[in-house]
Amino acid sequence: MSLITPDFGLIFWMTLIFAILLFLLAKFGFPVITKSVRERSEHIDESLRKAQEAEQRLSSLADEQKVLIKQSQAEQSRILKEAAATRDAMIAQARSDARSEADKILADARLQIAAEKESALRGIRREVAVLSVSVAEKILRKDLSSDAAGMELVEKMVGEAKTHKTS
Amino acid sequence: MRGLKRIIATVGVMLTALAAAAAAEMDMNEYLFGHVLDSYEWHITKVNGHDVSIALPVIVHSSETGWHCFSSRHLEDGAVWEGFRIAEDGRWDGKVVETLSDGTVARPLDISITKTVLGLMISSALVLVLILCTARWYKRHDACKESPKGFAGLMEMLITMVEDDIIKECIGKDYRRYSPYLLTAFFFIFINNILGIIPIFPGGANVTGNISITLVLALCTFLAVNLFGNKEYYRDIFWPEVPTWLKVPVPLMPLIEIVGVFTKPFSLMVRLFANILAGHIMILGVIAVIFLTVELGPALNGGLSVVAVLFGVFMDLLECLVAFLQAYVFTMLSSVFIGLSRQEPEGN
Repeated sequence: MSLITPDFGLIFWMTLIFAILLFLLAKFGFPVITKSVRERSEHIDESLRKAQEAEQRLSSLADEQKVLIKQSQAEQSRILKEAAATRDAMIAQARSDARSEADKILADARLQIAAEKESALRGIRREVAVLSVSVAEKILRKDLSSDAAGMELVEKMVGEAKTHKTS
Repeated sequence: MRGLKRIIATVGVMLTALAAAAAAEMDMNEYLFGHVLDSYEWHITKVNGHDVSIALPVIVHSSETGWHCFSSRHLEDGAVWEGFRIAEDGRWDGKVVETLSDGTVARPLDISITKTVLGLMISSALVLVLILCTARWYKRHDACKESPKGFAGLMEMLITMVEDDIIKECIGKDYRRYSPYLLTAFFFIFINNILGIIPIFPGGANVTGNISITLVLALCTFLAVNLFGNKEYYRDIFWPEVPTWLKVPVPLMPLIEIVGVFTKPFSLMVRLFANILAGHIMILGVIAVIFLTVELGPALNGGLSVVAVLFGVFMDLLECLVAFLQAYVFTMLSSVFIGLSRQEPEGN
């Protein structure tokens, strides 16, 4: 039965042809294809991983942004509050300064007024003394020559004038 | 519906006429084996009683007269050429034999380009062109930037399917070393199977349904398994983990294991051969119905012809499936055997 008996010639050719085919395909055929396909699938995996990472980074960035906005808002309100406080303090300061200045000016004025008054009083008093002296002189000129009583009066007046001057 | 009926009737009548024109007396044996066996010429058809065939070179080495190379035309119809003829019976039926000077008949060393060898060359060239064309696409393009379309895409799908689903699954970590061989075997068997179904030249040679071809393929797997088997594989053969009395003094289990080493590739050889051969014979048998029923009269012959054609279409489709399936099974079992020879010791 030639159906199930291997034939030498056919085995010879099959071995030769299959060896050549295997050599050519194993060298120039399949490794090229499988290598490229493998590289591509690795590339796809890598790209997917990178995309996921980028997405994560993006979402974390958005979170960061939110936090930043919140922080800056807090900062803003704090600064506004501080500014208001400073303004109030400055106004209060100015007010108290003005008041103390006014008080000082008033006190000065009062002192000056008192001094003026004093000097005025002193002037008046001197005038009064001069007047009274001249009045007394006139009176004395009329009465002095008369009696001892008149002398006594003079002395008393002089004494009085003296005490008055010292006070 | 009426049109369809008319077509079927016409086909039936035509087939009947054809069948009647062919020899009414049909030699089934010659018909069947003439198609599935190897031959020195590629017979295509018969027109007006003349054979239309492609003559192929006969290359023989005689022990007396050395190398001879001549066309198979010289050996047609039992003619003798340079002392060689095609034996018509006996041990070397259908093969070239030589009548030696002392009158004895001997078989020379015969490496003729027979029908199967030519079919083998055509299909191998086809496989080579298909794969190298696909490889060229990858050389010309950056696979990371684009994926192939059309033919290269189809081939990529097939290659990745075989590599990922069969080779990687069955062999395990160092599958890359074996994948060129297994892929070559897959495409070689697949293309040969498909070409075998095509009834006219350049298809139709029964390549993978020839035991010499499957023998070489199985031998390749045998070598791949046993040459690169690891320590664990050989320990499993010669000192398997079974009760000691099964190993000494009578090495029962090692004996069985050693037989198993040879039966595995043997089963590969027979499976592919038998499946493809059986498929061819089935289709031939179905078609033969048309010619065998000529004697039963035109009506029955026509009706059965239509049935035979429909059944033939079914068988052809089935054979397409088998063509793929057998290539798949051969590759898968080879991978499994290779995987078994590269197993890591358990517990690692």
